[in-house]
Amino acid sequence: MRNIWIIAKRELAGYFATPLALIFIVIFLALTGAFTFFLGNFFARGQADLQAFFQFHPWLYLILIPAVAMRLWAEERKSGTIELLMTLPVTTTQAVLGKFLAAWAFCGIALSLTFPIWITVNVLGEPDNGTIVAGYVGSFLMAGGFMSIGACMSAMTKNQVIAFIIAATVCFLFTMSGLEMVLNFFHAWAPPLIVDTVASLSFLVRFDAVTRGVIDMRDVLYFISLIAFFLFTNVIVVEVKKSA
Amino acid sequence: MSDMIVLENLTKRFGDLTAVDAVSMQVARGEVLGFLGPNGAGKSTTMKMVCGYLTPTSGTARVQGHDVMTEPMAVKAAIGYLPEGAPTYGDMTVRAFLRFIARIRGFDGAEVDRRVDRVRELVDLDEVIGRPVETLSKGFKRRVGLAQSILHDPEVLIMDEPTDGLDPNQKHQVRSLIKDMAHDKAIVISTHILEEVGAVCSRAVVIAHGKLLADGTPEDLLRRDAHHNAVVVRLAAAGADDLIAGLSALPQIAGVEPLTGDAANTQDGIVGFRARPRDGASIVVPVGEYLRGLGVTPEEMYVEHGHMDEVFRAITLGGETRAGTGA
Repeated sequence: MRNIWIIAKRELAGYFATPLALIFIVIFLALTGAFTFFLGNFFARGQADLQAFFQFHPWLYLILIPAVAMRLWAEERKSGTIELLMTLPVTTTQAVLGKFLAAWAFCGIALSLTFPIWITVNVLGEPDNGTIVAGYVGSFLMAGGFMSIGACMSAMTKNQVIAFIIAATVCFLFTMSGLEMVLNFFHAWAPPLIVDTVASLSFLVRFDAVTRGVIDMRDVLYFISLIAFFLFTNVIVVEVKKSA
Repeated sequence: MSDMIVLENLTKRFGDLTAVDAVSMQVARGEVLGFLGPNGAGKSTTMKMVCGYLTPTSGTARVQGHDVMTEPMAVKAAIGYLPEGAPTYGDMTVRAFLRFIARIRGFDGAEVDRRVDRVRELVDLDEVIGRPVETLSKGFKRRVGLAQSILHDPEVLIMDEPTDGLDPNQKHQVRSLIKDMAHDKAIVISTHILEEVGAVCSRAVVIAHGKLLADGTPEDLLRRDAHHNAVVVRLAAAGADDLIAGLSALPQIAGVEPLTGDAANTQDGIVGFRARPRDGASIVVPVGEYLRGLGVTPEEMYVEHGHMDEVFRAITLGGETRAGTGA
């Protein structure tokens, strides 16, 4: 635990040592605001809820989270510091967890800075704050899912651009897998079991349910097992890459 | 002597390439081992395996009794390691970086600052302690890497080209630091700067194509040069042939040959020759006595020393050390 915490702290400080953190947070806040009010018609809907706010999160995360995740391992490999890190008395698992938790916490900071919209909706009407909390929890879990994919992809290459593109693509597939467009491709030949499995992998479907205020343990479990799976893969990738 | 580092048939293959081929050796406390070899010889790969970064294909390494295959954490905790190029986190300040290393090495509270202060003085980082590492000169970056490796005062210190890229003063400083630490540690440094071997190492091993080719004190290695401890004499040409024949017959002398090339430096009436010793022993006294016995006063007489470059070339290129046919 101690090592995970030390690594996470160093990593998180790293975000704030460069303009990266500031740029990310400003852009995230600007885009969530713009999407909510212009694309989401926050006012015109005439409803005191944050559906208009949350519905764009998957699409924002799709681009922004791979951008945060891409440096996690690729930069270490490029600068050679991975050799330093992996010869300090820390296990690969500790390093993977520390880095992931720092990046996830960073997303949490950005997400929590959207609180003015919560205040706004409470000033304008009487929203169901339980639903909004559920929405934030769901959004945070989804960010963790995206982040674990991004971290894993970052470990596969020393090139941050490649890490970004691969991570964004994989995230896109996970996001889209519940939509008819993707499912139709499977309907044609795959048995229903496979179609259902693919559909159940979708971030959108799960996230939609959560933002409506229904925190189903299965959805929570889905995101947590997804994160666990990709972090486990991350550990393996780091181990394999360093001995090759 | 207690062996701090033990390598047993340590082997690493990358696909078809055997980078390190069944290397076995021991390093004891108090030794400074120079790890020599051409680029790509397997020096760094060997060090990376000992430090637990790379997993050996076969064989193993033990550090203070801990097997790197089964107890990698104990090995990593025991070793101070300076990786090639001294990588550091560029966006951190020197202080933040060293504090991070101190914490990860298990220190807490005031001990963290005490440790950082100690290495800051040892490697002279005072003027840059608050600056981001990426803004530092190459020499300072290297010293930050060095500071990182000795922060926990490890008994086993492994450094991959610690003086690479330093200016002569900095090199001297790093070498003095290594020598100061040597008495209670086992230190391994890789280098291809051969002067370094004589300057700091108590023992040297040569590796090429992944194989261990030579192992001995720097003096042992120098002895492999046929010119080591050879005596060069210049004297009047008259009667020199008899004198050379007599000298060749001395039991300590392996052979006598005329100087050639630049060394000949021909002057009228003067001949020069080189007497090579057997087994690199010192022969200046018998040669001097022989000349005095004949009542000959040489124009010039000096002892040659082996060149590490020559020995290195001979060992790593797989040829013989230079034969006695002039420099």
